[in-house]
Amino acid sequence: MVKANKSKNNVKNLKTVSINNLSHFFGKNENKKQVLNDVNLNIDKGELVLLKGPSGCGKTTLLTLIGALRTCQSGDLTVLNNQLNGASRKTRQILRRSIGMIFQGHNLLRCLTAEQNVQMGADLIKGLTYLQRREIARNWLSAVGLEEHHKKLPNDLSGGQKQRVAIARALSANPKLLLADEPTSALDSVTGREIVTLLRKLAKEQNCSVLMVTHDPRISDMADRILNMEDGKIYSARSELI
Amino acid sequence: MSFSFLKFRKIPLAWLLLTRQPLRLAVAIAGISFAGILMFMQLGFRDGLFDTSVTIHKLLDADLVLISPRSKSSISMSGFPKRRLIQTLAVEDVEKTAPVNLNYLLWRNPENLKTRSILALGFNPSDSLLLDEGFSKKAYKLRNPSRVLFDKLSRPEFGPIEEWFLSEKKVETEVAGKRVIVEGLVELGPSFGADGNLITSRETFLRLFPANPAGSIEIGLVKLKKGSDPELISRILNNSLPNDVRVLTKNQFIEFEKNYWKNSTAIGFIFSLGALMGFVVGCVVVYQILYSDVTDHLPEYATLLAMGYRLKSLFFVVAREGVLLALFGYLPAYFSGQILYSVIRSSTKLPIIMDADKTILIFVLVLFMCMGSAAVAMRKLVDADPAEIF
Repeated sequence: MVKANKSKNNVKNLKTVSINNLSHFFGKNENKKQVLNDVNLNIDKGELVLLKGPSGCGKTTLLTLIGALRTCQSGDLTVLNNQLNGASRKTRQILRRSIGMIFQGHNLLRCLTAEQNVQMGADLIKGLTYLQRREIARNWLSAVGLEEHHKKLPNDLSGGQKQRVAIARALSANPKLLLADEPTSALDSVTGREIVTLLRKLAKEQNCSVLMVTHDPRISDMADRILNMEDGKIYSARSELI
Repeated sequence: MSFSFLKFRKIPLAWLLLTRQPLRLAVAIAGISFAGILMFMQLGFRDGLFDTSVTIHKLLDADLVLISPRSKSSISMSGFPKRRLIQTLAVEDVEKTAPVNLNYLLWRNPENLKTRSILALGFNPSDSLLLDEGFSKKAYKLRNPSRVLFDKLSRPEFGPIEEWFLSEKKVETEVAGKRVIVEGLVELGPSFGADGNLITSRETFLRLFPANPAGSIEIGLVKLKKGSDPELISRILNNSLPNDVRVLTKNQFIEFEKNYWKNSTAIGFIFSLGALMGFVVGCVVVYQILYSDVTDHLPEYATLLAMGYRLKSLFFVVAREGVLLALFGYLPAYFSGQILYSVIRSSTKLPIIMDADKTILIFVLVLFMCMGSAAVAMRKLVDADPAEIF
């Protein structure tokens, strides 16, 4: 899979994410603090990239920038062919529909059943009837093995089940890019591995790129590429600055 | 149609957000209903009191009413020459006329001998005074002097007249210091200005109130021929008659009386203020509920923003919550209002009714209350920052 994509590396358009000299600062004037320092990163179509690093190194900031949740301050940030430096609110909002997000806390809507939560994702697809969108939600719920629990509220599900619902929700809107922030941190090791295996399988099926921030060493073997981040800079697995 | 509906159909998020905490929803509905009931009561009393001021006006058998331009309301009627009423017969459309005297006289309670002011109407027993058909049968009894018909809906302070009359007892008492005999009962109802009413002949009226000039009346009733236009005739008469008389249609006469109570007394203001208080209480309740709802669900709203939902569509969710609260709060208020109105009707004899005006006005107020509060609560939504939830 990695090799197949490598051959297309020089065609810029096909990259899911392309970042050049991205810097980001928090605070103002004397309190100003640099969190991202000249970051360069490319993610290919269908690639699963793991991003590791100590807390406070800027991983989450990078994730929110790629997820179009934050305004880009300086540098070049292209996600799914959208230049995000100087992008309008509206562009970012529409782009977000093509990006699936999985959070550390599952962030499911407490008042909705598992199926309805997944459908909140499917509802973003235009031009489908209610029943078609529900069908999509059902299918994704079966894909994560929860078809029997579709009527349950998040509070009645276990941690692993909730994270599965979150994965189904993230994938149900046909994203081209999946951003996951420590999806396994609240889970035991077996469940954690199961979840990432499932996530990887489903993403590969959809040819969807994944950028996953994690501390968890147990899942390193599943990545196409592992990157390390420290003090706002990204290094490859062999600690070369890229 | 149904196809496009299916396209726009979404998960009923507003409904599910509201019903997630049934207890809080119940409190919200109770609060809104309470505000609604308060408004129903205040406006009901206000309208009811205005309506009582015209209980007799509504019963009069007339198309046009002549009054003196100096008359301000039924509690301060001035006289005008009876000739003016006769002059109206010159217009072809006028079928018949009836002169009526109206004044407050002192009635002595035959039981405890205390006196109290009562509204007395004097008319010619051969004329038609009231719309009520059974009335003309009673009217002939007034041909004898010193006979009166007593309003059985009058307040009990006037004495147990109805009870005595029905037990075949001869009911005699004094009005304005002169002896009268109650010859029958009528049903008119007390009003703002009058705690009780009595009807008598003009002849008796003039005996009871000799200061009244014989040729002067307070009200002139004009009955038109079928099919004629009261508005038009009243204009014609106003133009042709001298300025010492004013011609009103029956509806204008009713409005004339209501306007006096609305504009020249504090009643309208007091009850409208009461209704406003209900409105404010409701606003505070709905705002509290929606604000805490938004605050509670802020991470979830932020998640929806992160998924690509527009802030506008989240505003709509809160707005729909407002509409739902308005509907749920209004219905119990409406039904409680109906029950309370009938309780008040039977205990105070005030004509408080649930008319379309109040039904719609209070619904609009409740909706406005909920939507206004929702709009303020929405401002909290801006705090939902999707970048914070990772």
